[in-house]
Amino acid sequence: MTALILRDIRLGLRAGGGMLIGILFFLAVIAVVPFGVGPDLNLLGRIGPAILWIGALLASLLGLDRLFQADREDGSLDILILQGHEHPLALTVFAKCVAHWLTTGLPLVIVSPALGLLMNMQPAAILATSATLLAGTPAITFIGATGAALAVALPRGGLLVSVMVLPFVIPVLIFGVMAAYGAVENPAPFTQPFLLMCALTLFFSVLGPFAAGAALKASSD
Amino acid sequence: MKLVVTDLAADRGSGPIFEAITFALQDGEGLLVTGPNGAGKSTLIRAIAGLLRPSAGTAEIEGATEDWPDVPSASHYLGPINAMKPALTVFENLSFWQTFCGRPALGVDEALERIGLEHTRDLPFSYLSTGQRRRVSIAKLLISHRPVWLLDEPTSGLDAASELHFAELVREHMETGGIVAAATHLPIRVEGMKELKFGGVAA
Repeated sequence: MTALILRDIRLGLRAGGGMLIGILFFLAVIAVVPFGVGPDLNLLGRIGPAILWIGALLASLLGLDRLFQADREDGSLDILILQGHEHPLALTVFAKCVAHWLTTGLPLVIVSPALGLLMNMQPAAILATSATLLAGTPAITFIGATGAALAVALPRGGLLVSVMVLPFVIPVLIFGVMAAYGAVENPAPFTQPFLLMCALTLFFSVLGPFAAGAALKASSD
Repeated sequence: MKLVVTDLAADRGSGPIFEAITFALQDGEGLLVTGPNGAGKSTLIRAIAGLLRPSAGTAEIEGATEDWPDVPSASHYLGPINAMKPALTVFENLSFWQTFCGRPALGVDEALERIGLEHTRDLPFSYLSTGQRRRVSIAKLLISHRPVWLLDEPTSGLDAASELHFAELVREHMETGGIVAAATHLPIRVEGMKELKFGGVAA
């Protein structure tokens, strides 16, 4: 399992990995918002957490379709499926998700404070948004894995994966943004929505790999 | 150990590809599946490996043990694509598969020596020629122990010398009690292999 995580991280970091693309896309989305919204600093600061979350969400959906497709194209997926006795397929999928999140999700979390500055956000709001992204983006990967597995046989499944996955990640988005606002706006709570989002991440970290594993097995025909 | 295939049939939606394939392979036996393109050879190998759900019949290991309970767990599947990452070096690719598949047999360096590609050890896989890529993929059979080898066009892209060398590896595997089922339109020169001829072109 560790070997698979290490291999996928290595692949993600080398040429052709989606890490830089995700970060650049995230940056592009955040950078154009002030142009669209106008130079109202207070307004920017107020919508900052929501925009950061939407940007991170879209950026993490971007590379999802390659999660299994690359392995399918070079034949590795067949071998991964055949090792089901030594490594249950759900665990293999889980390992691939972990590696995918470490190379595409975590970098987004790391750059989010810098992008928060572009949105004129308060330090507390930046910190809260980054914390919610850290706990919430894994859920996007785990949910996305199911979509990626369903569309693995389609040559241009990228957009389809995003559209399929989007309805399921909306609760994560809602609770993530809610918690981020809870940290700065006084009557609104932080802990409850944050814990609910963590629960979503944990729930999908189990359900996602099982569903994706089943989809992959069915697709290998 | 015995690989038993009973009444295997596969269907791709447009009528049967093959039907009622029955054979059994004991330790040390091999089977060549031959036939023209499109006859269903690869489909048969995939169905035996469990990558494709057969429409009827079964492929089983008779005398299954704790170690090898079913065909997928007991098999190496060498598919038409090499299952190697172009961005990783040959060594990284092979050592990953060795760790992931478990039951290490030969070391990665030893296996590369066996296929005569030790000089490519630290090259990215994408730098290799078609034949060399195939040989690295063949080295994957040597680094983890599996009693059953399911090979799909194993010699495609190989030159005459490598083909002979590959036949020797297959012979060796059979001599040490291994089972081989290979789909190929170029006969592998290994004596004592059974042959299963696939006839017409499937609809």
